[in-house]
Amino acid sequence: MARVRQFLPHLVLGAGAFIVLLPFYWMFLTSIRSPAEIFDVSLWPIPKQFDMAVNYERAASQVPMMRFMLNGLIVCLGILIVQVATAVPAAYALAKLNFPGRKLLLTLVIAALCVPIQALALPLFVGLAKLDLLNTYFAMMAPFFLSVFAIFLFHQSFRSYPDEIIEAARMDGFSEMEICWGLVLRGSLPSLAAFSVFSVVAHWNDLYWPMIVVTDINLAPPPLGMLFFSDVESGANYGALMAGAALITAPMIVCFLLARRHFIAGITMTGVK
Amino acid sequence: MTLILEASSAAAGRGTRVRSKGERRMMWKALLFVAPAVLLLAAIYIIPVVVLAGFSLTDYQLGALSTRFIALENFAKAFDDPVFLRSLKNTVIYAVIVIPLGVFLALGLALLVHGRKRSRAFWEAAYFLPVTATLVAMATVWQFLLHPSIGPVNAAIKWLGFEPVAFLSNPTLLIPTMAMIGVWQILGFNMVLFLAGLTAIPKDLYEAARLDGARHPFDRFVTVTWPMLGPTTLFVVVTTSISAFKVFETVAVLTKGRFGSETLLFDLYLEGFEYSNTGYAAALTLIFLVIILVLSIGQTLHLDRKVHY
Repeated sequence: MARVRQFLPHLVLGAGAFIVLLPFYWMFLTSIRSPAEIFDVSLWPIPKQFDMAVNYERAASQVPMMRFMLNGLIVCLGILIVQVATAVPAAYALAKLNFPGRKLLLTLVIAALCVPIQALALPLFVGLAKLDLLNTYFAMMAPFFLSVFAIFLFHQSFRSYPDEIIEAARMDGFSEMEICWGLVLRGSLPSLAAFSVFSVVAHWNDLYWPMIVVTDINLAPPPLGMLFFSDVESGANYGALMAGAALITAPMIVCFLLARRHFIAGITMTGVK
Repeated sequence: MTLILEASSAAAGRGTRVRSKGERRMMWKALLFVAPAVLLLAAIYIIPVVVLAGFSLTDYQLGALSTRFIALENFAKAFDDPVFLRSLKNTVIYAVIVIPLGVFLALGLALLVHGRKRSRAFWEAAYFLPVTATLVAMATVWQFLLHPSIGPVNAAIKWLGFEPVAFLSNPTLLIPTMAMIGVWQILGFNMVLFLAGLTAIPKDLYEAARLDGARHPFDRFVTVTWPMLGPTTLFVVVTTSISAFKVFETVAVLTKGRFGSETLLFDLYLEGFEYSNTGYAAALTLIFLVIILVLSIGQTLHLDRKVHY
């Protein structure tokens, strides 16, 4: 009885994990076996015929899969760099400096936290269309240049930085820029790491906004490219389709498995604490 | 004596002047520091929200030559529009499935994982994987898994002796199927939030409850864990309902709104960006925004408590 009680949790967790992980396993298995085995529904891990190269090659040649990944990289990095560059000084000023309108700005930041991008998409789209900027990397990145979440997070984290050190640094002739980037941000590196994960994962996986501003397939980030690919293949070749899906999910999965703690902290940062 | 007083007050006067000069310089520096963020806040949030409200009162269509002011007609039209009402209903059904399952299954998993010591990291990683994976790609995999003739799920159902289920072509099953995928995706996220909440409960409370006669683990759950997890649970319910009302990717991949399976955001997308009914879509967006704001009031209060002005 004691043994049962000891193993029951593992049994339940194992059964749940089997269901949760099944799509990943099936994706990978299908991507390495021959399309001829498509009617084989067994979960046996070793395919009769390895067709990994064929499937992945087809995924990369049917649509510019590598181009999608490159687009995703450009968009994610561009967004992250501007987000950090604008949010860190603002958060520092909000946390450590005095200026008129400070409370108002903080209130606006918190109010903006509740407004999802989907609510702003229409006017932003019309604006970008009027400026003739649709189908550009800029259009894909622009709405995310300001992360109110980053300001909020860094503000929380910077507030606990000791004022005495800032005062001492000023006495020693450090400029405010140096204090902000060199001292205070360095004290909040875990927040920076967590925010970077949060931002990159969110924008690598985002479909809604790219779907609105991009019609040129050569500019598509991975999710939009995947949608396009699955429409082209329309179920004809699941091997290649799953190879494409594996390629697109692989960067995030590999990073997650390598830096599990940071990923979980970063993505659930919106949560409690 | 007066001389000394005068001298000292003059010195004090100079001192404050010097300080206020320094303060003013610091103030300008601070304003310079927030300037980019303020400009972007205006360009990305404030102006668009005002423009959105303006659009919603007109019959503006992107590229149209003339635009009329039609007051609240768009809103009246929305509540007469069968497609919009259907998308609203679908989204509510979706949320009603995703919220309880996504919250309580995650709580159960968190309770099980919390008790594990050596294997905790493994279970955490396993259940969290769907959160990081690109949903568009994974929805494509689910489409294959649930395929009526070549998918392993239906193969298992047939092997158990039941009729195959048309998950993605039977109109009544579309929203529940997408909701199950939604649960699959959000489970790990909620589980990690619950785990954080469980870790924060002081151990002595359990000891005290045991001494008070709560011998069975279930009693201790009712007397300690559940009340102590209250704030976490509220927060998880709020975030889960917000993400449920934003469901889009699974619809875009699996049905594209066929067989009356539009959700709120998908209908919004069609009206605003496929049919270019900008004015009407603006009104729908405002309705969507109000729903999200009502849901996030709880979340904001939660964040607000942690901010000290």
